Amino acid sequence: MKEKSDAPHTSNQAPDEEMETASSKKYLFDNPRNVKILLRTFFSSLLVLLVIEFFIHKHPHFPWEGWHEFYAVFGFVACVALVLAAKYILRPLVKRGEDYYD
Amino acid sequence: MIDTVPPATVFIFGALLVPFIRGKWKSAYLLLIPVVGFINLINIPEGTHWVVRFVGYDLVFGKVDRLSLLFGYIFHLISFIALIYALHVKDDLQHMAGLVYAGSALGVIFSGDLFSFFVFWELLTVASIFLIWARGTKESRGAGFRYLLVHSAGGLCLLAGIVLHVYQTGSIAFGYMGLNSVATYFIFFGFGLNCAWPILHPWLTDAYPAATITGTIFLSAFTTKCAVYALARAFPGTEALIWIGAIMTGFPIFYAVIENDLRRVLSYSLINQVGFMVCGIGIGTHLSINGAVSHAFNDILFKALLFMAMGAVMYRTGKINGTALGGLYKTMPLTCIFCMVGAASISAFPLFSGFVSKSMVMDAAALGNMRIIWFILLFASAGVFHHAGIKIPFFAFFSHDTGMRPKEAPLNMLVAMGIAAFLCIFIGSYPWPLYSLLPFQDVGYDPYTASHVVGQTQLLFFSALAFSLLLLSGIYPAEMRSVNLDADWFYRKAGRRFLWFCEKPLMVFGNFLDRYVLKLAGASKSSPAEAVQWEQGIDRFFHVKLTSVPTVIYNWVRHLRTEMGYLPINVTYVAISFVVLLFLVLLLG
Repeated sequence: MKEKSDAPHTSNQAPDEEMETASSKKYLFDNPRNVKILLRTFFSSLLVLLVIEFFIHKHPHFPWEGWHEFYAVFGFVACVALVLAAKYILRPLVKRGEDYYD
Repeated sequence: MIDTVPPATVFIFGALLVPFIRGKWKSAYLLLIPVVGFINLINIPEGTHWVVRFVGYDLVFGKVDRLSLLFGYIFHLISFIALIYALHVKDDLQHMAGLVYAGSALGVIFSGDLFSFFVFWELLTVASIFLIWARGTKESRGAGFRYLLVHSAGGLCLLAGIVLHVYQTGSIAFGYMGLNSVATYFIFFGFGLNCAWPILHPWLTDAYPAATITGTIFLSAFTTKCAVYALARAFPGTEALIWIGAIMTGFPIFYAVIENDLRRVLSYSLINQVGFMVCGIGIGTHLSINGAVSHAFNDILFKALLFMAMGAVMYRTGKINGTALGGLYKTMPLTCIFCMVGAASISAFPLFSGFVSKSMVMDAAALGNMRIIWFILLFASAGVFHHAGIKIPFFAFFSHDTGMRPKEAPLNMLVAMGIAAFLCIFIGSYPWPLYSLLPFQDVGYDPYTASHVVGQTQLLFFSALAFSLLLLSGIYPAEMRSVNLDADWFYRKAGRRFLWFCEKPLMVFGNFLDRYVLKLAGASKSSPAEAVQWEQGIDRFFHVKLTSVPTVIYNWVRHLRTEMGYLPINVTYVAISFVVLLFLVLLLG
């Protein structure tokens, strides 16, 4: 294994976890056990985020910002919609061969 | 107090000396230029300097206020970083082009009059084109020419506007204009082209991925940000900008999801980020303009960081397509970390720079009770994380292992990326120095409220969840080698077809007429002299018919104008300017 042990983020599957999972620095992405630990950390941090919302004071500009888990649901739905629209609507419309302009 | 010079001159004259300095001194000399420039800049007091009388007008080379100074600082900073990143390049022409490009950007920022503004604006295009052509591939040559033509069209539009404006107002001073005359509409569109507004944008996604590895860093910083500055100076609070900005944040993310070339993905996300700035300028409150300007500052850093990371990957592997990359974290860990810092910053993670500036624009939209705009911006925030925050690092450094084991990026690249990454984290964690430089000091802003931090983190984490689930379930669109059609189709394909139509069927038809009309006439009259007379008669007939066309069009347009008198005047101007611009682009293409 050539990997340096000081590469804390290399073992993350999703890069957004880097702050949450700094403890995972000695693990390597190649080892499936570590991937599992990382995913678990990721999912538990999701859970923490969902719960923590009930303990903070909100000051919403719009009424829906006050709804519980609004941002979480929006983030998830928006990204699924984005990917589906890009894959099933945009790509069939605009995709051409690599030599299209030659 | 030391004697100061216009900031642009340090770079432009500095560039001229580059070929005369050899060996190790060259690196030192290159890095010295932005340093000297910066010392020069911080010694310039606010106010108007270097006024030159020129054919009856006052040229102002130093309009120094908080707005221009902020852009001045970041332009010096990014020049310094980009030059470190490019130190290994042995090609003097690229260094000179980069320096002149940075110099002309500074010229634009500090111009107080429209004339010198325009000259520097055009110099931007001329200098940057060499950074594209220097790549030396067929693709870059083509993209460079298209870049040049599109920007010439935009430049002409701007020039037309400036000439009209000076004619109407009698002044060449550059300051707040507002959309109130044909002249300002032309100027508006001229800015808009450099700002990569929707439909006018494809020059960016066409040319930036085609430029050299080091040239792209310069490119990503200057042209669009100069346009943002110009809009903030001349058109703050223009309502159209709110919608233009919102559309800019929205549509590129769809393209970014299906794009394979990772530098093109970044180009799309560049448009997306500029959209936030344009939107902020359009909202026009002090908070939103502060947000727009600080976001420009941050965007220059994190976008350069991402382009540098991708450049390093390209430098080591020679590849940039998502399909050809993967697993590079194993041997390029530092580049990978820097890339993820850039990714976290552009995604506006708490503690990273995007967080402290993008949220100002969002909050300004919310304070203005702009619901739809706010939703589009929120959607774009989630989307940008999706394509720039996850896709870029994931496909380059993780994903499937391609078996490539390239070396870590060269030291100069690592240093440049390290500086940018440090600044991204520093500004994100401690934004007050940046806030103290913003144009409006009467609005305080605190990004780190509990609800904001939790809301934003939720948004991003659940976007990540969506990404993971889509990827694991196989729904996430696979990277494919392809060309994705964009608005550049109009001048790359339709323009070519139009030319073909003129050259082939139209010319053949013309030749046919010439030959057979004469023959027919000759046959019927059996005398060549009479045949020629006949032919001339026919020609004259057609000539009369053809020359009457403009009169018909004129009458028609006059009629149309009376009709359009009932429309709000703005719609007419927008429509006319837009059609003119489209025609220009089409014709030139």
